[in-house]
Amino acid sequence: MVPPVFAVATAPDGRFDAIPMDEGNHPPSLEDLDARLRKARGKAHPANAAEGEGVPAGGWGQAMRVGLELVSGLAVGVGIGWLLDEWLGTRPWLMVVFFFLGAGAGMLNVYRSVSNLGYGVGYGGAQAGDDTEDAEKETDDGKP
Amino acid sequence: MAKPLEQFEIKTLVDIPVGGLDASFTNASVFMVIAVAAITLFLTLGMRQRALVPGRWQSLAELSYQFVAQLVRENVGAEGRQYFPFIFTLFMFILFSNMIGLIPYAFTVTSHIIVTFALALVVFLGVTLVALIKHRLRFFSFFMPPGVPLYMAPLLVPIEIISYLARPVTLGLRLFANMMAGHTMLKVFAGFIVVLGIGGIAPIAAIVLLYGLEVIVAVLQAYVFIILTCLYLHDALHLH
Repeated sequence: MVPPVFAVATAPDGRFDAIPMDEGNHPPSLEDLDARLRKARGKAHPANAAEGEGVPAGGWGQAMRVGLELVSGLAVGVGIGWLLDEWLGTRPWLMVVFFFLGAGAGMLNVYRSVSNLGYGVGYGGAQAGDDTEDAEKETDDGKP
Repeated sequence: MAKPLEQFEIKTLVDIPVGGLDASFTNASVFMVIAVAAITLFLTLGMRQRALVPGRWQSLAELSYQFVAQLVRENVGAEGRQYFPFIFTLFMFILFSNMIGLIPYAFTVTSHIIVTFALALVVFLGVTLVALIKHRLRFFSFFMPPGVPLYMAPLLVPIEIISYLARPVTLGLRLFANMMAGHTMLKVFAGFIVVLGIGGIAPIAAIVLLYGLEVIVAVLQAYVFIILTCLYLHDALHLH
């Protein structure tokens, strides 16, 4: 991009003003400003869209996120098991079952968050636009 | 030596019992009111001039608006526009609560898990409702990933449901853990200053660095909360 050329002119009252050289001495009109803004925005947008996705991942942040993901899945699983036990009177059994299910959910969440499959259940982020037919997990594994 | 956890204590200022519930006005409530008032003042006074070429204050207000608007546009898409007011409010509230908490003697609202968890729960319930209203019963197909053989369903569906229910927990816990850990660490280092006497210069230097880090964390955690809300909203609107 060619840097804009400015001329420093001395205004009558002694202040320095930067005036675009090709515009003469009158300030640029609003329509012109608008057009230039739109042009600049159009240029800036694609670059932003590429890098602006997802949560910034430093080493510490990533570790924290993964740990939290794992623990919260487990906690929710155990919590559900405990509540169901309380309700149905099957003291330890449902809690044991849901402990493992919760651990599975936690690991699933970790897997999704580190492989950028999106944060939700249902693989929504990974296959935006994909067919549901060829959407087996194996095909997703190789993706960067 | 100063107690590092003393800063998180809730003190009742005005006792308001509602039925059997304790709805007292506490120091946490005060700082929530301060945050809301500060946001209102920041935005309304900042935009009062409506200058075409914004001044410093107006730029800040416009910047925060555009920042959230762009996040919503990129992560939710065009349908996300109607949820923008909610997301913007959420962002400003978390950001201002975090930032006000960094002022000495202030109370950090977001360092309490009940506050962050309530915020996360509002997001979670809202997003689930949006998905239910938009997709009706098709929403429940969300819990069965496409392309999975049917005999796996009894194992996978509970796991997917738990994974879905873990969302508000992660969302609330992350903000809470970051804020509480940071503020406790600051207080612990501040305690060293008095104990070490002349050698207290070292912890002061550490505090300066930590404080800078905490400013970053305050902004970053507000951002993370919002971007996760946007991603959840995207999931709710598009399913799979």
